[in-house]
Amino acid sequence: MDIIFAKAYIFVLAIILGFELINKVPSLLHTPLMSATNAIHGIVVVGACIVALTADNTFLKIVSFIAVFVGTLNVVGGYVVTHRMLKKFKKEDNK
Amino acid sequence: MIDVIRELGYLISAFLFILGIKYMGNPVTAIRGNIVSFVGMIIAVVFTFFHSTVSLGNLGFILLAIILGSFVGVYLAQAVKFTEMPQMVSFFNGMGGLTIALISVVEFFHKSNLDKFFIISAGFSGAIGSVSFVGSMLAMAKLWGMFEKSKKSMAIRIFNLGLIISIFLVFVILILKPSPWLLIMLFILGGTLGFSGVFPIGGADMPVVIALLNAFTGLAASVAGFAIDNNAMIVSGTLVGASGTILTILMAKAMNRTVWGVIVGGFGGVDQTSKFEKGNIQEIGVQDAAILLRYSKKVVIVPGYGMAVSNAQNEVHEIEELLEKKGVEVKYAIHPVAGRMPGHMNVLLAEAKVDYSKLYEMEKINPEFKTTDVVLVVGANDIVNPAAKNNPNSPLYGMPILEVDQAQNIIFMKRSLRPGFAGVDNELFFDSKTRMLFGDAKETLKKLISEIKNL
Repeated sequence: MDIIFAKAYIFVLAIILGFELINKVPSLLHTPLMSATNAIHGIVVVGACIVALTADNTFLKIVSFIAVFVGTLNVVGGYVVTHRMLKKFKKEDNK
Repeated sequence: MIDVIRELGYLISAFLFILGIKYMGNPVTAIRGNIVSFVGMIIAVVFTFFHSTVSLGNLGFILLAIILGSFVGVYLAQAVKFTEMPQMVSFFNGMGGLTIALISVVEFFHKSNLDKFFIISAGFSGAIGSVSFVGSMLAMAKLWGMFEKSKKSMAIRIFNLGLIISIFLVFVILILKPSPWLLIMLFILGGTLGFSGVFPIGGADMPVVIALLNAFTGLAASVAGFAIDNNAMIVSGTLVGASGTILTILMAKAMNRTVWGVIVGGFGGVDQTSKFEKGNIQEIGVQDAAILLRYSKKVVIVPGYGMAVSNAQNEVHEIEELLEKKGVEVKYAIHPVAGRMPGHMNVLLAEAKVDYSKLYEMEKINPEFKTTDVVLVVGANDIVNPAAKNNPNSPLYGMPILEVDQAQNIIFMKRSLRPGFAGVDNELFFDSKTRMLFGDAKETLKKLISEIKNL
């Protein structure tokens, strides 16, 4: 029970933190931010890896292989797209 | 001990994600923010394999999936054109949703004792993940121009309501009498809801929809973290769920819409065609347009999606430099939602090396239109439609616009008279001050450039 409550605290604090971090961001950063947070929820690849480690028959191995694959797509693609967007802004700062 | 190492790794990665998002909120540090968060992700993935209760027998195929996924991910992200970035974000978001549904399926089949807490969190996260997966794929298709028109109707609303009720019922049965097939049925229903929920929404609202689905995936990732007891997923997923929600609200606000209005409300649900007198449109040739621009004192360029599709940002920059050289003052007016995504125009113009100080935000440039000789609209439509100000019946009504109708002359560069993304006619086309310059933006700009050079 204590552990579940500890996790509930993490959950609530992370919600507040998420709200606070994004408030008052200039609108030109909305799209890159969406893309960046999109990459961060790629953390699901971690979950995919864990279930893949436990997969003990062919069916589960195939499904978890797909899960790790598409999860990696989310992570890697998400970060690369965000990086490409942001590189465009960087040029301006150097001026 | 080995589990302690893993949790320490997760703690560091959570810290890096938070720092990364914080840095992302400022244009100067944004690129650093993304890299910081990427490092956090690598740490999270590597430390995941420090696990005391599982064997590493499957490590081989897991690494293979990661390597394959990395190659395909990098390839897709590099190959995509700048105008198609939003589609790509939507695609990757959908992949995240799919991952969550698959995790629930594997864990459900594998786990021997299915306690209620697990069933609820696995079912819930997978259902939301399925909504996000199918919804994102459809949003991507809509951004590519497939079924992009808004099709809201009472029938679809009733269907969706029925769908939500049946999802709820299946969920309850699943909790009472767990079976993997009910779980899969739940996910199929979730996917259907993703489709029928996004389907009626017009393409113009897709940025808000994608932002919302992104927040959904974050929430689902967090709940899936509860299901398989993984702290990294709980923290990061919740961060994305919360920040994604705020981002969705901010984006909707920038378009003067509400999230509720986008999802449920009627945008273009009623036929809004031509409530105004359609006068005659006046065309202008390239030569006359060149003369008009060349002998102006002040020109404001309004870029829109048309510039993005025809990839004309370099030509726009060239014409700006050319006019400046000839003594014309040139500024850019950037509407916050010009193009398909906020910041879309900034990114494209930065790519063409346009001086950042020449880009003016809507609030700054609006008072200047009165003293502007020529406004050159390059493939924009809804964001300059005066109906947003003076026609309460228009679906655009209330959206802040660039007040180009205040300028002395307006040159509209467009491919056709087709209405904008919102599917609304633009009375500005028929204004006596407006001249239409038809053709592909890039081609027409090239002709304009050579004409101006000769003047």
